[in-house]
Amino acid sequence: MSREALLSVEDLSVEFKTRRGRVAAVRSVTFELAAGQCLGIVGESGSGKSQTCFAIAGLLPQSARTGGQIRFKGRELLGASRADFDRIRGREIGFIFQDPMTSLTPHRTVGAQLCEMLQHHESISGAAARQRAIEIMDRVQIPDAEARFSMYPFELSGGMRQRVVIATALILRPALVIADEPTTALDVTVQAEVLRTLRAVVAHAGTALILVTHDLGVVAGSCDEVAVMYAGRIVERAATDTLFRDPQHPYTRALLDCRPTLEQEAGSRLQTIEGVPPSPSSMEVPGCEFAARCPVVMPVCTTARPPLTQRRPGHAAACHQEQSA
Amino acid sequence: MTRFLLSRLSIAVPTLLIIITLSFFLMRIAPGGPFDADAQLEPEILENLRAAYDLDKPILEQFGLYLARLAQGDLGPSISYKDYSVSELIAIGLPVSLELGLTALLLAALLGVPLGIIAAMNQNRPLDVAISTLAMTGIAIPSLITAPLMTLFFGVMLQVLPVAGWGDGAWSHKVLPLTALVLPQLAVIARLARGSFLDIRRQNFVRAARARGLPEWRVVVFHALKPTLTPLVSYLAPAVAGVMTGSIVIEQIFGLPGVGRYFVQGALSRDYPLVLGVVIVYAAAVLLMNLIADLIYGTLDPRVRRQTLGAGRA
Amino acid sequence: MSELSSALQRNAAELRGESLWRAALGRFSANRAAMGGLILLAMITAFALFAPLLSPHDMETNDWERIQIAPTLEQNHWFGTDANGRDLFVRVAAGARVSLAIGLITTIVSVLIGVVYGAIAGYVGGRTDQIMMRIVDVLYALPLFFAIIILVTIFGRNIFLVFAAIGAVEWLTIARIVRGQTLSAKQMEYVEAAKSMGAPTRRIIFRHIVPNVVGPVIVFATLLVPTVILVESFLSFLGLGVQEPSTSWGLLISQGTSSLDTAPWLLVIPAAFLAATMYAFNFIGDGLRDALDPKDDA
Repeated sequence: MSREALLSVEDLSVEFKTRRGRVAAVRSVTFELAAGQCLGIVGESGSGKSQTCFAIAGLLPQSARTGGQIRFKGRELLGASRADFDRIRGREIGFIFQDPMTSLTPHRTVGAQLCEMLQHHESISGAAARQRAIEIMDRVQIPDAEARFSMYPFELSGGMRQRVVIATALILRPALVIADEPTTALDVTVQAEVLRTLRAVVAHAGTALILVTHDLGVVAGSCDEVAVMYAGRIVERAATDTLFRDPQHPYTRALLDCRPTLEQEAGSRLQTIEGVPPSPSSMEVPGCEFAARCPVVMPVCTTARPPLTQRRPGHAAACHQEQSA
Repeated sequence: MTRFLLSRLSIAVPTLLIIITLSFFLMRIAPGGPFDADAQLEPEILENLRAAYDLDKPILEQFGLYLARLAQGDLGPSISYKDYSVSELIAIGLPVSLELGLTALLLAALLGVPLGIIAAMNQNRPLDVAISTLAMTGIAIPSLITAPLMTLFFGVMLQVLPVAGWGDGAWSHKVLPLTALVLPQLAVIARLARGSFLDIRRQNFVRAARARGLPEWRVVVFHALKPTLTPLVSYLAPAVAGVMTGSIVIEQIFGLPGVGRYFVQGALSRDYPLVLGVVIVYAAAVLLMNLIADLIYGTLDPRVRRQTLGAGRA
Repeated sequence: MSELSSALQRNAAELRGESLWRAALGRFSANRAAMGGLILLAMITAFALFAPLLSPHDMETNDWERIQIAPTLEQNHWFGTDANGRDLFVRVAAGARVSLAIGLITTIVSVLIGVVYGAIAGYVGGRTDQIMMRIVDVLYALPLFFAIIILVTIFGRNIFLVFAAIGAVEWLTIARIVRGQTLSAKQMEYVEAAKSMGAPTRRIIFRHIVPNVVGPVIVFATLLVPTVILVESFLSFLGLGVQEPSTSWGLLISQGTSSLDTAPWLLVIPAAFLAATMYAFNFIGDGLRDALDPKDDA
């Protein structure tokens, strides 16, 4: 039907065996990503968005049990060996972690960490590696890249470090980059800039991007499509402006309503969603997980889980309510 | 760098001075000591003491002379070994003790670190359990027990190793004392290495290194190893102190002619100059090791290194 | 991060209706090695206390007709006799009493001194703290063993001296631990919050600082007892500690070492008791550490 998707995730589930029983971080997630596309995954803490990304990149801990399928460039990733992942990570899938303060090795220079990737995955000379490293540092807007090449991470600010991390994710020109809350840990003033840089570099290279965040504002400017996750499942997926303009799922609508606007009256209360999301260690419920907090809940919502259905081409939602435009 | 050294010395030097001062005055006031009026010492010893310690002079002048002599390496005459000065005795015993101690430390580090890391990499699996249990044994069972038991087993029952003596440095005479000395330190170092490696392995940057497609051996060697080893440097000085303490008992058990043996003899026969002289030397050694350990730590951690050279945040 | 998470754990535990101590107790009793150590220690203590009641012999009687006999049921010399014909069973028990008593009492004294010193330094802070800890740093530089030997040389071989000497040096580490915990507890945000809500100082100390401090101190104290016993054993072994006619394990081991080839049981039996006690305390100490501060290994 459609051209071969770069990444195809089908019915992915991720469970952890802990001392206190089984924890279902991801219950069932299905989506596709085409080459060069940017997908935003939005959700609260505990919605399973990060674990989904770890599953794709093979970064889950030993105690994790997965189900479903993850096909990347036609090959199955779930259950692949460490050696397979070593070949894929960095070279075909780049990963950007959330906290730049801790994701770079403290006792090695940033230049060394970049060159290491080049020299390991491709056999090129030290001088050539250094040149490419400085090039990519330039491209991610690190000023005075040559000087910064020999600096240690602690000598760089948070925003600068995250740019280095972005550089490591892109230096081998992978087909897909996964960014797990890349700006959450940064100062607000720096967030927008780093995001812009990320977007620019990714677009320039034609790399597909999965951008995970809890902040709707982040996806608004950056992504072609957005998937909203709740309690380990995708509850809505649409093109970005469609989602913002005409959300079909009550949770999405509530999220959008929560954002404070400039038109609000000063001193008015902030909009919130009543209740708390179910914890990943809770049991599976027969119906919709959002039912307990849903403003338009119906009796069927607690007994039957709504499947993710297409409302319109390119716009799917998992809700029993039929929405009109 | 100089500021760093100076700040370290500012603790070390006063400490040594305090120890020296305490030694001096404790000797004078100790009841039943050689300076006690009722002490029953042979006249020639008393003569030596008088000459050596200028007992006719006012006490502060005595102290000054004592310090001056110390600076020249003169630790006074021994009371129990009549024809020897303390410095001479220490000089005789030092080669043996040094060889034993340094070899023990080296072995403990060279074996302990890999063992600890291997245990950590196999966490909770049989290999880890085995190594951790061995380490627990090394820590719990003192050389007090291991040395005689090993002597009993290898020396008396199997008769493959000599029971005592230095035998002019023959290899066979060193095996048992070395093993007894190494075991406790090996155990501690292995445990520390294991704990440190487990801590580091959990860190974000290790996971990030894996996410960059680096194979596990690269992750371990280039990203996890150095932070694992750095905290172990702080154990260097306690390790030296531990080896020194252990060697006292080991030399006693095996009858080795080291400084520890003289030390014990001195204590048993209340030979103050000998005992205090040895303690001063030992204290100086420990302080020196502390300083060296701090210096090494300073060069290992790039943060500390850069801070002394001064580069700002970019 | 770990302080915050342990604070959270504590709150979570309280929410669940179980006190922090009960949770720790649960973890400890599930730890087989630790429970084993506890049982072992109990057995050794029982032996130390009740052996004289079981055996017809006493520590000092020389039985010249039965010198250095191996362990045997005859004449109730269950552990054999030494070179003077003294029964080893009773002597080992006597040694146990001495060693355990020294270990316990010295540790308690050290802990008291250390806790008070460290708490004052940590809570008062500032200049006082700096001076107090400088003193600790300087005293720390001298290896314990040597300090004790100096004292023994000067003041003679006196059992109380051994207590005092060890106690005088070991409190240093406890003081450091307590001060460290007090400092970090004082600075923690929830203490600030409590203060800003007007909680009285005493309440802050007891509800927030003490729970943080007690854990590490208990763990250290449990590991301090075997250290003290070891130091005492070392000293007695060298002839600088407990003196005849009293005895301790160190002394017994020393005597056993000199008759290695003729009467190995004189070494092996006291050594086994000392080793068992060391093991027991180490397992218990490790178990306590894990119980009070569990690190979940993913």
